[in-house]
Formats: sequence, C-alpha cells, structure tokens
Amino acid sequence: MEFPSNCKYTKDHEWVRVEGDTCVVGITEFAQSELGELVFVDLPSAGKSVSPGSTLCVVESTKAASDVYAPVVGTVAEANAALKDSPSLVNTEPYTGGWMVKLSGVAKGDLDKMLTVDQYKELLKGRI
Amino acid sequence: MEIATEIQRTVLFDVHCRLGGKMVPFAGWEMPVQYSGVIPEHVATRTAAGLFDVSHMGELWVTGPDALKLIDSLTCNKVAAIQDGRAQYNAIITDSGGIVDDIIVYRFGPERFLICVNASNATKDFEWFKSHNTFNATVTNASDEYGQIAIQGPRAIEILSKITAKVPERSFSFTEDEINGSDVIIARTGYTGEDGVEIFCATSATEKLWERLLEVGKPLGLIPCGLGARDSLRLEACLPLHGHELGEDISAYESGLGWIIKLDKGEFKGKSALAKHATGSPRNLIGFYVTDAGIARHGDSVITSDGTKIGTVTSGTKTPTVNRALGLALIDSKFSAIGTKFNIEVRGRKLAAQVVATPFYKRPKV
Repeated sequence: MEFPSNCKYTKDHEWVRVEGDTCVVGITEFAQSELGELVFVDLPSAGKSVSPGSTLCVVESTKAASDVYAPVVGTVAEANAALKDSPSLVNTEPYTGGWMVKLSGVAKGDLDKMLTVDQYKELLKGRI
Repeated sequence: MEIATEIQRTVLFDVHCRLGGKMVPFAGWEMPVQYSGVIPEHVATRTAAGLFDVSHMGELWVTGPDALKLIDSLTCNKVAAIQDGRAQYNAIITDSGGIVDDIIVYRFGPERFLICVNASNATKDFEWFKSHNTFNATVTNASDEYGQIAIQGPRAIEILSKITAKVPERSFSFTEDEINGSDVIIARTGYTGEDGVEIFCATSATEKLWERLLEVGKPLGLIPCGLGARDSLRLEACLPLHGHELGEDISAYESGLGWIIKLDKGEFKGKSALAKHATGSPRNLIGFYVTDAGIARHGDSVITSDGTKIGTVTSGTKTPTVNRALGLALIDSKFSAIGTKFNIEVRGRKLAAQVVATPFYKRPKV
C-alpha cells in the first residue's frame, strides 16, 4: 500500500496535503480498501466551516455509509465534483483523482499536530 | 429475540481466508462479506456465475407418518401439494400472523421432509417444531451435519453439469447424487434472482466440493462471492430477508407473501390472524427509487411532505446492476400505489423517493 510522504495523516485514516493556500483532504489507501468500492460520496458545500471530529463527507459502499471527519479547523473552499459521477475514484486514486475537499484557512500549527507518514504507518502495523 | 452465542465458523473458514475473503460476523457466524469486491462479485453472478458458501444455513429433518401434517400445521403454504423431488417456499407463522422464519421445504417422500432455515433462526425453528409436535413425527436438527454451497448465474448450470449428470431440471426441483464420493442434494433454488442451484453436502465434503466447482467454473467466469453481493443480488430481485422484510411483528401479507398463504388448505397456526389481512393489510412492503442524490438504508424513516412518519426502510443501497439507489420499505398501505412520492430521512437530510414496480431486476428469459 502507498502512503505519500508529502501528506499528513489522522488516526481515522484521512490525509491532508498542502497545495498553495489550501489543504487538500482525502482518505488513505488503507481506508478505501477497508470500505470497499464506493458508490456514493456526499460532499459538503463550499463555505462550510469544519473542525476536527465534525463530519466532512459521507462515503458509501453498497454495504454501509461511513463518515469522513475533518482533520483540522478550516472552511470548505471546494469539493471534488468528479466524485458525483465517479465515486470509485476514491478507490482507484485515493491521493490524486479521489481527493474529496479543499480547505482554506487552515493553521500551520494544526497540521504540525497531525501524524507523519511514519507515525501513520506505525498505527497500521499488523493491519496491512 | 437474539440468543447470544459464541460466533461460529463454517467448514470453509480457512478457504475463505486463503481466497482473501474479508471475514465479518453475520447471524452468529463469521462469514466472508467479500473477496474481490461486492460490485465485481455481483456483476459476475449476473453475467457468468458466482459461488457462495451458505453453510451457515440450518437444516431440519421432519420424518414419520405425520411429518406432512406437522409441517402443514405450522406453515402457511400447502405442504400437501409438494411432490417427491420438489421443493416449496414457505413460512412458519405466529399466532398473530407474523413470520417466525421463511423456509424451503423439500419432499423426499411422503414421510420424509428436509427444511432449510435461516442461520440465525435454526435453533429457534427447531425448538418451535419440537414444542408444537403433537403428531407422530420426528424433528431432527441436522444443521451441523451439512455444508451448503450455492452456485448462481447464467452459466451456473453449465458449470454444474461438468461434475454431475443429475442436474435438477425444473425450478424448485432437486436431485440426489454422489460427487467426490460423497452424497449431495442438488436443489434448483437460490437467492440471487439468477438461475442456479444450492447444493447440500456432508460438512466434511464441503471444502472438496467448493474447490472442484471453482476449478471447473473458473474458465467460465465463476468467482467466489461474499454476503455483500448476496445481499445486493437478492435486493434487486426483491427476495425478502428475515429481520428486514420479514419478522414476527410483520404480518406475512404485509411482507408481500400473499402468494404463499393458502387459507383454503385447512387449519394452521396463525390462520385466523392472517385471514383478517387477506383483503388488505394496514402496511405494505413497497419498492422505491431514491430520486435525490443519496442512499436510503435499513431503519431510515419514510415520511410525507408534511413530516408525518408513514413507514420504515427495510433494505436499501445502491445496487450494481440496476445502478440506482433503491430499496424496500414497509409503509402505510394508503401510500403504497406505484408512483406515490414521499421523503426518506437519511442522516438528518430529507431525500425524495418514489414507489416503483418490483422486482427491480428480472433475469432475461433465455
């Protein structure tokens, strides 16, 4: 499984990557493999304020709906409209085409508190 | 009633793990929810063939001079109408007309019947038959003695015919044969909406039979399928699931099982309660499409535009073949006409939905 080193991670299997002024958020390859093929992603509207623990998106497989939590405090700048027609991009390209939300107004200090790739891999030890 | 028991494993547990099956608890059993993925497994069953471990299902034998009378006294379909070598879908009925379990009854002879029951209900059903057995009949719980494998899909029969000459010809008929040196019962039944069979075999012979079917079937597109695909396949075909569309608190008429209720067959448990629903029940099981973006699921509330609750979703997902968010709901029968619009409360949002004709999927006639 792949876990890019230019991302920060949460214990709930979200990743964040800084791109210019915004932070791109998605779920990890491990998360998508646990969920199975997605058939629907419920995305937030631009402008929505989120904070850790609040639901950012809902991802649904044929079997179940699961929450994706906001990893940091921020405001939704954009959601990945491509997931409306192709939710399975989250499965096939979890770090690229399957991104979910871009957040603006994220504090650097919040990002520093997130897990590094090595810490995230340590968390998955014995599970992959 | 949920009876807490230790989780059980079918004889194929190690095989599932070797095949990459993702194991989850279901009805007291640790079962594969998927191997390669719910969607590819669903599609393979609709286009080629799928192999399912259904060894968790229960098997009861009812034998003796009054075997038929005992089963007929506790179920709503006409057991006396079954011929030797044929099977019948039936249901065990409570005094209030609800369903203890939905079952398939196989007639081997006038005094010998096999009943296939749901995994989670095997012990309850066995006790039910025993406690109501005032007849000259013997009830045996043989669930531990049998493994069960389903092979389903348009190529299932072609695959099966590579390992047996005794393919049961008609739907709901069965044959007996010996495969890999072990006795099997082959029934032309299933739970996917496709053609195919369910094979009962000795527990000890299950692994060899599974491997053999997979070996001869692989070149024809057969793949192992988990409970996830089994559920999406049966939902598209509108085959009810106990604990969802069926239960002791839902009348058999409300569950849409009027076609197996034979009020003219003589006395049986629950008959007088069912008779009251024969010309119309307060609730109906309906099929719906979600017309907004989103997926309704089991337990979600069905509401009118003014917010009044009129029912509950019993099963719902977005299924691979129909490729729509769809489901079944038990609702106030006043709202059950095809075309009726209502809302479904999904995770705090209201999604528009509409009653549609069922089944959602019907296999093409060959």
